[in-house]
Amino acid sequence: MSEHRFTVGERVKVDTRNPSGHIRTPIYCRGHEGIVERICGKFPNPEQLAYGKDGLPAQTLYRVRFEQKSLWPSYSGPSHDTIEIEIYDHWLEPAGS
Amino acid sequence: MPHDHHDHSPIEIDEGMPEEAQVLSEALRELLIEKGLFTADDVTKQVAAMSKRTPGNGAAIVARAWTDPDYKSRLLSNGPSAAKEMGFDIGAAQLLVVENTPDVHNVIVCTLCSCYPVLLLGPSPEWYKSKNYRKRTVNEPRAVLKEFGTELPDSMEVRVHDSTADMRYMVLPERPQGTEDWTEEKLAELVNVDALIGVSTANSPV
Repeated sequence: MSEHRFTVGERVKVDTRNPSGHIRTPIYCRGHEGIVERICGKFPNPEQLAYGKDGLPAQTLYRVRFEQKSLWPSYSGPSHDTIEIEIYDHWLEPAGS
Repeated sequence: MPHDHHDHSPIEIDEGMPEEAQVLSEALRELLIEKGLFTADDVTKQVAAMSKRTPGNGAAIVARAWTDPDYKSRLLSNGPSAAKEMGFDIGAAQLLVVENTPDVHNVIVCTLCSCYPVLLLGPSPEWYKSKNYRKRTVNEPRAVLKEFGTELPDSMEVRVHDSTADMRYMVLPERPQGTEDWTEEKLAELVNVDALIGVSTANSPV
C-alpha cells in the first residue's frame, strides 16, 4: 500500500464539513474538485498543533490545482486560469464521491 | 570646568506615551533577560540577523537561477537546499519556487493569514497582509495584477498559489530581454519584492 492515499494527477474532492477551530482549508474550495498537483510530504496536523497537541499522526499534505471557473462561477478571466491550494489528507476524498 | 551655559532648552522626549504593546514587549524582554533565558546581547544579535532579511536575498537566488541552468533546476526541485547553497539557511521550513514562463504567470497570496518566506523576501509589504489583497487575489487575480501595473494577455495562464499550510513560496520571474551579458549582481538589481511575490515582473533594463 502506498504511503499516500492519492497520486499526482488524481482527481480529488474537498470535504464540505465546517468545523470551528484552527482550520487551514479555505472555505472557498470546500466541496470543489481539483487535481493533485504534487505531494508535499507529511506534516503534523495544524488543527491539533494550534491547541498544544503533537498533531500526530502526521497528515499527508497535497497541493491541489483547481480551475478558477469551477470555484467562482462569475470568474472573468480565461478558463485556463488556475489556483493551487495546500490541503491535508483528511480533508480530501476521491472525486465523484 | 562646570557646565554653566543654559541657553538651550533641555532635550525633550516628544514621542508621547508608549503604545501598550511596546510596554508589554519591553517588560517581557527585561523579565526574560533577568530570568537568564537569553541575554541583551542575544537580542541585539537577533535584531541584526533580522535586518539582514531583505528581498535582496531572493533576488540573488533569482539572478543565479537566470545564469546557471543547473542551479535553476536544483532550485525548482528542492528550494531549501538551493537556498542554502547561496548561504540562506531556511532551517526546517519548506520552500517552493514557482517559475514564470511565457505561458504561465504565478502569484502568491495567503488568504488565511500572511504566510511568507521572510528570510528571502524581507518583511512582507503591508498590502500583502491586507484583507483586500488576500480576498481579491484568489478570485480576481488579473484585476489585482493590473493595479500593480501587470497586464497579462488572455493567452497566458494566471496561476495563483494560496499559501494555506506548510509551504512557503517564491516566484522565479522571467529574465528580461536585453540582459544576456549581464553579471549576476547587476541582474539581481532588476528583481524586487513585487516580482518575487508575482504581482509584477522583473524590471526591464533602462
